[in-house]
Amino acid sequence: MKLLQERTAKLRVGESLIIQTAVRIMVPFIQLFGLYVIVHGHYSPGGGFQGGVVLGASFVLLALAFDQKFSMKYMSEKANGVLGNVGALIYTGTAALCAIFGGLFLDYSALDKLIPLGPVGWRSFGIFIVEVGVGLAVMSIMAALFWVLGSNGDMEEGL
Amino acid sequence: MKALALLTTLITGAILLYGTMDFPAFGDPQSPAAIHLSAYFIEEAVHETHVPNLVTAVLGDYRGYDTMFETVVIYCAGLAVVSVLRKKRSKTQENKS
Amino acid sequence: MDQFTALIVAKYNYWIYVTLMMIGFYAMIGKKNLVKKLIGMNIFQTAIILMFVSAGVKQGARIPILDKHHVMEHGVNVAEIVNPLPHVLMLTAIVVSVSVTGVALAILLRIYREYGTLEEDEILEKLEK
Repeated sequence: MKLLQERTAKLRVGESLIIQTAVRIMVPFIQLFGLYVIVHGHYSPGGGFQGGVVLGASFVLLALAFDQKFSMKYMSEKANGVLGNVGALIYTGTAALCAIFGGLFLDYSALDKLIPLGPVGWRSFGIFIVEVGVGLAVMSIMAALFWVLGSNGDMEEGL
Repeated sequence: MKALALLTTLITGAILLYGTMDFPAFGDPQSPAAIHLSAYFIEEAVHETHVPNLVTAVLGDYRGYDTMFETVVIYCAGLAVVSVLRKKRSKTQENKS
Repeated sequence: MDQFTALIVAKYNYWIYVTLMMIGFYAMIGKKNLVKKLIGMNIFQTAIILMFVSAGVKQGARIPILDKHHVMEHGVNVAEIVNPLPHVLMLTAIVVSVSVTGVALAILLRIYREYGTLEEDEILEKLEK
C-alpha cells in the first residue's frame, strides 16, 4: 500500500497508475496481434498495411500513457529508422531479385530458380515476403510520425 | 466570402448528384465495375497464386507496382516529416551527454 | 414526386457521399483556419473512399476470402463474391491519406513556429510586412 502511494505521488499531471499498468499489460498482446495480422494476411482479413498500423499503434499507446521517453525505450529512434529502411528495401529488393533471376520486375515466380518451391508456390510466398516488408515500413513510419509531431521535433517531451 | 464558398459547394454538390443519375444502383451485380476485371480475379486468383484472401492476392501480386510505390510514398512521407520538423538537441543538453 | 423519391431510395448511398463531400469541400474553401481546412480535406477523402468501396458491393454476396480447396475443385460463382478490386485501391488510398495528413500537420507545425498563428488572413498580413 505504501509503495502504491509512493508511486502515485511520483506521477505527473494527467498520468494515472491504473492506465499505466493496463497499458503495460496490453502492449505485448497488441504487438502479438499486429504480427498475427501481418503473417495471417493470406487466410483472413489483414496484411502488411493493417498489421503495421496495429504495431505502430502500440508505440503510440505507450507514448500516450507514459511519456515519449518511455515509449522510445521500447523502440529507439535509430532502430526505428533502420526498420523503416529495411522494410522498404525488402519490397524493392524482392522486386529487383525477380528481375535479376530472369523474370519480369515483381514477377515472383522467377524466384523458383533460387529455391525450388514451384512457380505458384513462389507467387504465394513472394506476397508473404512483400507483406512483411510493408508491415515494417508502415510500423516505423507510424511511430515516427507520432513521435515527431507529438514532441514538436525534439523527440523529448512529447504529449 | 462565406456565402460564395457555400454557393460553390452547393453547385458542386448539385452537379455531382446530377451525375449520379447514370450510376448503377447500390449492390447491382451487373454494374460496370463488377463485370470486367474483377471477374477474372475472383475466378483465377486462387488457381494462380494459392492465396484464398483475394484482396491480399490482388494487392501483392497483380497490383504489385501499386503497392510498391505505395510503400515508397509513405516512406517519403516519413522522411519529409522528419526532415521538416526534427530539431537538433539544444546545447545545454549536448554538454550534459 | 414519387419518381424522385424512388430515385433517392435506389441510389441513397451516393446522396450520403455527396453530402459528406460537400461538408469537407465547404471546410476546405470556406474556413480560414488551416487545421480546419486539413480536417475538411480528410472528410473529403473519406467520402471518396466510401464511394469506391460501395462500388464493389453486390447484393447478397460474401466477403472475398474463399475456401481454397473448394475453389480448386469446383470453381466459384462470380456473383457470390464481393468485388475485391475497390478494396485494394482504397486500402492504398487510406495509407496515402494518412501520410498526406502527417506531412500536412508537419508543415502546419512549421508554419506555426514561423508565424505564431494558423489563421490564413493573419499569415497573409504578416507576409506582406
